[in-house]
Formats: sequence, structure tokens, C-alpha cells
Amino acid sequence: MDSLVTHSSILAIAIPLLAAFIVPLVSKVGDKARNTVVIGALALAEFLVIILARDIYLNGLHVYTLGAAATDLTIPEHYMVPVRIILEVDAMSVFMGIITTTISLAGAIYSISFMKEETGGDRFYTLLLLLAVGMLGLVFTGDMFNFFVFLEILSISGAALAAFRTRFGDATEGGFKYIVISAVGALVVLFAVGILYSQYNLLSIAALAQAIQYTALDKIALALLVVALAMKLASVPLHMWAPDTYSVAPAGTTPMIYVASQACLYGLFRVLFSLYGVSLDTLTIGWVVIILGVLSMFVGVTMAVHQSDIKRLMAYHAISQSGYMLLGIGVGLAVLADPQALASYGREAISGGIFHIINNALYKGLLFLTAEALFFALGTRDLNKMGGMFRNMKYTAIFFIIGALAISGVPPFNGFTSKLMIYESVYNFSPVLAVIAMLVSILTLASFTKAFQSAFTGPALPQHDNVREVPKPMLIGMGILAVAIVFFSLFPSLVVDTIVTPATDALIDQAGYIGAVMGGA
Amino acid sequence: MASLSTWSPIVLVVAFLILAAVAYFFRSRGEPRYKEGTAQTQVFLAGEEAPEPDKRHIRAHNMYWGFFQALKRYYETTMNAHTGIINDYIIWFTSVVAITAVIVFIAGMV
Amino acid sequence: MTAGLPFNIPFLAVVALISIGLFIILTQRNLIKLVMGIVIMESGVNLFLVSLGYRTGGIVPIFTHAPEGVMVLPVPQALTLTSIVIGVATTALMLSLIMLTYRHTGDIDAEKSRRLKG
Repeated sequence: MDSLVTHSSILAIAIPLLAAFIVPLVSKVGDKARNTVVIGALALAEFLVIILARDIYLNGLHVYTLGAAATDLTIPEHYMVPVRIILEVDAMSVFMGIITTTISLAGAIYSISFMKEETGGDRFYTLLLLLAVGMLGLVFTGDMFNFFVFLEILSISGAALAAFRTRFGDATEGGFKYIVISAVGALVVLFAVGILYSQYNLLSIAALAQAIQYTALDKIALALLVVALAMKLASVPLHMWAPDTYSVAPAGTTPMIYVASQACLYGLFRVLFSLYGVSLDTLTIGWVVIILGVLSMFVGVTMAVHQSDIKRLMAYHAISQSGYMLLGIGVGLAVLADPQALASYGREAISGGIFHIINNALYKGLLFLTAEALFFALGTRDLNKMGGMFRNMKYTAIFFIIGALAISGVPPFNGFTSKLMIYESVYNFSPVLAVIAMLVSILTLASFTKAFQSAFTGPALPQHDNVREVPKPMLIGMGILAVAIVFFSLFPSLVVDTIVTPATDALIDQAGYIGAVMGGA
Repeated sequence: MASLSTWSPIVLVVAFLILAAVAYFFRSRGEPRYKEGTAQTQVFLAGEEAPEPDKRHIRAHNMYWGFFQALKRYYETTMNAHTGIINDYIIWFTSVVAITAVIVFIAGMV
Repeated sequence: MTAGLPFNIPFLAVVALISIGLFIILTQRNLIKLVMGIVIMESGVNLFLVSLGYRTGGIVPIFTHAPEGVMVLPVPQALTLTSIVIGVATTALMLSLIMLTYRHTGDIDAEKSRRLKG
């Protein structure tokens, strides 16, 4: 059991990768065998991430050196800097790891019934497992070039999944826009990594963090990294690819592509807090992040109210909710250099932002799955053609209500708790921002009322008389997320103390991050 | 967390259940005797003829008309900015990189 | 190579390639030309990575029977190989999606072949 915990970080990446390449062979045996291999690999990865999380909360940071004699031998003998690829997993990384594996598992279960209708199932599951590998590798790695490689893995598999239903013209367009945006963004990230390498000859994040001085070239690298990662996580004004891509992705994979964007959000925080840390001008960069967050919130929700396509509406809400996370953590970054403000409201802002990531992954995932269930049952995404579905699809309607109330920040759901933390702490920083955040919350509720009225309430339309409820695996996938939302709503303090507060502490503690690899040298 | 120590969702859930029980009690005191198929079970629109279900249901693009009229200028600008052309997305990216680099350098010099 | 010259030719070539690539991506509406622009920009970034490792008067980084002297850094060469392979995969995916777009809409202009906007 001990050696399983030591090797769990690399096994959690390697097992889905192996399964991804075995799936085409296994699917020759039959569909059931293939589904078993996929669900088994993802469930095993989730189990490994959970035991790794338990170990990190008890014993602190976890470092894994690939290819060394012992896994914590980060700096070889007679060397001053780490030379191997190091996976460095702290509480924030494992927090994102838990989100990633849960959403991948729910998405894979949801896709089982969907894939009965489609051909090319083995390629679909290969891409799905590769997307899960890319996300897990991105959040566990401690090396900048490895970060770039996993970023490209998740971009390519995400774009191929988004364009999977090639019989629809807009699916290929959505996938094409995603791969162009990802290719340009990843090139800029590689260029910034090259700039950092040219100055310090180091690729490991901890070693770079120890050596970095904030020279002019570092400032250029910072601007390039921040904006390229902001484009990958779809913050306004770089968000325009997101509605096109999220609306055409097939069932169960839209939450995964969305969580891939959240993994890039994690990458942004890793760069800002652990790579640059206190050597940056935190007030300026904090305000840049806050402005990106406020623009995302406001433009995202006003565009969402206007939409008539249900998945584009959900996609704009995804953009708007990312704005809340950027706002919370931007406020925390802006006061990072001021210890008194950090202790009084900065920590709470960062905790609110981080808690919002997991809440958002749950309820946004659930809402995407319900929108896809409507598309599966009715064959259309246009809200103008729907009506009266509450009679035919009761369970989907209940899941939609849970998700819509959670995203609007209505008590007692979990959206309210994380938004409360963000409102309270941001109000201490600047009252205007908190007012804008509350206004955006009201508009969110307005747009979901519109969507619920158009799709579910109203008279029974004659053309939808023979629409039945979606199949069981889809309901199970949605049910997992709904149960998690209800659990998070009833026990928020438990969740915050167990998962979120260690993540906040790990993010702020740059010295601990450096010390785990450099060994206090 | 300071703000979460006072928040207790159990209280809200219990309050909701009590109110739901009260609402159910009121509904159960309704009129149990009615005739199906007569005017008692049809839609009442202040004496007007009720149109077909297809025409009766308010569609999504008609909602919040007043809100969109009030913000017409903002919506026209924003909808025109979302062109859908991939080159425009990269133009936005390049301009934001340039602006951010300028901000970071100026903040460093001040 | 750069000894004796007043300016650093590899970095000038990198700037030229990246700016040409970026200009093509920003202005060309034809989707195939857009992919060509991305490939040119990738070549520029790969050239940047390789030229970072050069040390003046350096020799090939092979240990066996190595003569005395400074060796060129081998790490950027490994990074560039990875980046070239990733570039090939991305280009293949982009070109196949353009083929499918042409089959659906009959046009490969970025403005005329778009269905999703707003």
C-alpha cells in the first residue's frame, strides 16, 4: 500500500494512457469489454488520486522524479539543479486531480448509451482517455516543458473529440477553431518557456522559482504566458472560440473539455503564484487578472441571456463563471505582498475562487449533460422549438433545476457558499467589484429562468408527444453529479476545511513548493 | 473561514420543508369535485379564445424584450464583435498581449 | 557562426519567421493559408529553441571520444524534436478538419464557411 501511494501520481497518468492504446484492440472482442476497460481505467485512476490526496493532506507535498534511483532524489549527486522530469503534487494539484477524474468518470459513463448510436466508438474512447491523461498530467507536473507537452495533448484530443460528429457541419467548424486557438496559444507558451530557459538554463518550476529575478525578459515571458493561458481558459476578450466549441462537442465530453480549460486556469495560477510568486509586481498583475475576471463575468452573462441555442447559452455561462474564479484569485494575488490584508481577506478570496472551481465543475458539468440530454431526446438545440418537456423528461428537468439554482447562487446550494466567500472578501478590496458580481448572479438566474420556461414548462406540444426520457446510463452520469452537488450544499464547511483550505495554503506557500524539490539548498 | 461559520444549510432545508408542508396542506384543501372535459379544466385567458399549444407557448427569442430594447446599443456592438471569423480571434489575442506587455513594463518603471 | 558578425543571425531569422507567420494568421482568410501561417510560426519557435543551446565554438554533444572544449547544450535539441512532432500532429488534424469543412460548406474562406457566430 505504501509503494502504491509513492507511485500513485505516475500510475494515475500511466494507467489511462495504457488503456487508451489498448481500447482499439479490446473493442474487437465486443462493446461491453471495451466499456469495461474504459470505466475500469478511469475508476482506477480516481482511486489512485484519492489515496494520493489522503497522503498529501497528512504528510505534505509529494514529489516524484521520473527515472531516478529513488523517487524523491530530485537533485542527483554532484549536481546543483534538478535535471529529470519531476511530478510535483501539492494540495492544489491534487484538488484539480480529483475534479478531473470525477468529471472524466461521469462523462465516460454518460457516453456509453450515446455511443450505441454512433460508429467509431473505439476511437472515441481512445480520445476520451487521452484527454483525461492530458488533464491529469498538466495538473501533476512540476516542469515547464512537460506542461507544454500535456497542454498540446489535451488540445489535440479535445479538438478531435469536439469535431467527432463529422456529419454535422458546425461540429467540424467548432473543432477547427479549437485546434487553431490551441496551436497558437501553445506556441506562445513554448516561446515563453524558451525565453525563461535562455536566461536560467532551467526547466523545472521549483528551480526556476528559486532563480528568477524579474528582468525585462521575464516580464515579456509573463505577459505571453498569462495571455496565452487566459485564451485557453476562455476569458473575455479572448473567449469567442468557446461557445462554438462547447456547443458542438458530443455527449459527456463537453464537461471534460470544459474541465480542460479549468486545468489551464490551474496552470495560470501555478505560473503566477509558484513560478513568479513574490518577485512579481503583484498589485499590477492582480489588477490585470481582476479586469479579465470582471469582463468575463459581465460579457459572458449578457451574451448568455440573448442566446436561443441551449448549449451556446451554457457555454456563455461557463465563460461567466470562470470570471468569478479569476476575480477571487486576482484579489488574492493583488494583496499577496501585504501580509495584513492577506490574512484578513486575501486568503478568503483565494479560497472562494478555488472552492468555486470545484462547485462550478460539478454544476456546469450537470447542466451541459442535461442540455445534451435534451438534444438527444429532441434532436434540436434550438430553444425556440422546444416546450412542455417536464411531462416527458421528469428526471432531466429535476437535474436542470438543481443545476440552475446552484449556478445562480441561490441558497442552500453550493454556488451560494463559494459566491458568498468571494463577495465578502472582494467587498473589502473594492466594493464596486462585489456589486458587479452580484448583478451578474441575478442575470444568471434570469437567463436560466428563460431556458427552463422555454424548454420544460408550457403546454404539451403535439410534435413532441412521443419523446421519452433519456436512457439509464445518461441518468446515472447526471445523478453522480447531482448527488455530489447536494452533498457539497449540505456540508460546505466540511468540504472547505478538507479540500479547499489546504489548496489555498499550498498555493500561497511558494517557499514550500521550492523547498520540496531543491531540498532546502 | 469566517463567513462560513455562520452559514448553515440545514436550517434552510428544514425551513423549506416546513413551508412545503404548509403549501401542500393548503393545496389539499382544494375543490375535489370537478368534471373532466368541460370548461372547468380548460385554459382560461380572461374569456378570450385560447390558441393552439404551438402558438400559445412563448418562445425563447421573445423573452426579456424590454431588457434587450433598453440595452440595444450595447447588444449591437457586442453581437457585431462576435464575428465567428478565426482571424479576428487571433487579432484580439495579439492586441491583448501587446496591451498587457505595455502595462507590465509601465508598472515596473513607475 | 555569430563570431565576427555585428548581429545575431539566428535570432533575426526567428523574428522574421514569427512575424511573417503571425501576419499570415492575422490577415489571410483562406483556411489553408492560415494553416501555412501556423506552420511557419512553429518553425520560427523551433528555430528559437535550437539556437538557444548554441555556445560559441562549441562541439557536438556526444560524450564518446569527445575532444576538449565546450559542448553545445543538448536539452534544447530534445525540446525541439518534441515540438516538431507535436506540430506535425496538429497540422494533420487541422488539414483534415479543413477537408471536412469544404465537404460541408463548399468553401474554405474563413468568413464564408462559418456557421456559428454571435
